[in-house]
Amino acid sequence: MDKLIYLDHAATTKVDPRVLQEMLPYFTENFGNPSAFYSIARDAKNVVEESREVIAKAINADPAEIYFTAGGTESDNWALISTAEAYASKGKHIITSTIEHHAILHTCKYLEKKGYEVTYVGVDEDGIIKLEELKAAIRPDTILISIMAANNEIGSLQPLKEIGELAKEHKVLFHTDAVQAFTQIPIDVKEMNIDMLSASGHKINGPKGIGILYMKKGIRAGAFIHGGAQERRKRAGTNNVPGIVGMGKAVEIAMAEYQERIAAKVALRDYLIEKMLKEIPYTKLNGHRELRLPNNTNFSFRFIEGEALLILLEQAGICGSSGSACTSGSLDPSHVLLAIGLPHEIAHGSLRLTLSEENTREEMDYVVEKLKTIVQRLREMSPLYEDFIKEQQ
Amino acid sequence: MYTEKVMDHFMNPRNMGELENASGVGTVGNAKCGDIMRIFLDIDENQVIQDVKFKTFGCGAAVATSSMATELIKGKTVEEALKMTNKAVCEALDGLPPVKVHCSLLAEEAVHAALWDYAKKNNLEFEGLKEPVADIHEHDHGEEEEE
Repeated sequence: MDKLIYLDHAATTKVDPRVLQEMLPYFTENFGNPSAFYSIARDAKNVVEESREVIAKAINADPAEIYFTAGGTESDNWALISTAEAYASKGKHIITSTIEHHAILHTCKYLEKKGYEVTYVGVDEDGIIKLEELKAAIRPDTILISIMAANNEIGSLQPLKEIGELAKEHKVLFHTDAVQAFTQIPIDVKEMNIDMLSASGHKINGPKGIGILYMKKGIRAGAFIHGGAQERRKRAGTNNVPGIVGMGKAVEIAMAEYQERIAAKVALRDYLIEKMLKEIPYTKLNGHRELRLPNNTNFSFRFIEGEALLILLEQAGICGSSGSACTSGSLDPSHVLLAIGLPHEIAHGSLRLTLSEENTREEMDYVVEKLKTIVQRLREMSPLYEDFIKEQQ
Repeated sequence: MYTEKVMDHFMNPRNMGELENASGVGTVGNAKCGDIMRIFLDIDENQVIQDVKFKTFGCGAAVATSSMATELIKGKTVEEALKMTNKAVCEALDGLPPVKVHCSLLAEEAVHAALWDYAKKNNLEFEGLKEPVADIHEHDHGEEEEE
């Protein structure tokens, strides 16, 4: 295969051409500021509101509960920091999990420095939150539970409805980082008792630099970005109209084609998982076999290291990602892989391949074929493999 | 992020493998940090390194520094090999990214560990050769993690 096989859709996705077409006029002829009065501005204002409606509908929220932001990270920062500030008089305790994205974890670290207390609830070996531990962590001064809808590395789906019930029962707010899950799994904020939800445009074939925070009516959390009166005084700054239009269109397409897309991704995912585990020895699937995002696969190949793997994969025209320390520049491998109990050396040898409905079985065959050779090559180089083989003899 | 030389030594590692009946074998690093290097030496009666092989579990830079280190000491005397520094390995590779400099330290340590094994087996002493530390990861890896 001489073309590039892109299998890093959890990192970012290609903008759908239909999304781009929809966005283009809002850079040029319809460039008006939605806060102004003339007709091109009114048009811009209308499309912003249309996008808001489409997005609200996708999670069964009210359009007035959707706020546009610059992306998932801003939404996560806003949800945590503004809630912590607004509810400080009730308490200064927050609950999250050990497998959150850094947008949550590093914001929690920031809040800890500001005098808040954070409990990090653990997960089981499949990367699913321990509900009993979560329940036990709730205290009278707990103000917020923030648990991701699905993990970005190993795809594990979290029990949103159960968490929502717990939160409601204890009168604690529930925020979920749904950046990976949005439009990939059914989300109903009312049924699941979700008070706040973060989502992003570029993970779902929309543009980068746009996201939303859903904030249920009645939540007192104030503005995070201060300035003008945009977004009902909650999020200042001129609306990113092309971005908003793009995200709206991406959600519209994703929801209209939901069944076909999910079915295609799940079938391809399961095909890849089965083939990989069958054809490459000493390989482990990370995350739950079924309770995982439709497009996520994550493997650990024992005795080898992830960065070396990625370089050789790139030479074969395949883009993936790894949780090895060397790919992050830090000393430790992925906190998610450690949280599910993997020993360091196995966590270092991880590979995440995240699919889109456009990927094909032929591509999966090619990837497994290439990986077979690459993994074997690195194992032959590895003193860990040498020791293992000698022990077997 | 890697120089052409690093990529070349990663893609086409020199002296990769094992030596049967090696005069000295040294293993350094730990799996926890994601890199382990093992060096095998074949040293003749004149204390010349006739052959050297390596095995490495680690990233591209770890493999490349191991490969380069073996090239730098092959055919050298034990005393010359002892003078090979991590800096020499880095320079021979046209440089390493800051976060990867520790890989070259590991390569230097692996050579020393193999030489130590040889010295011990033969009841020899060399100036500057000390017992290797099991884990050289006590220092940090350079830059802070990037987001």
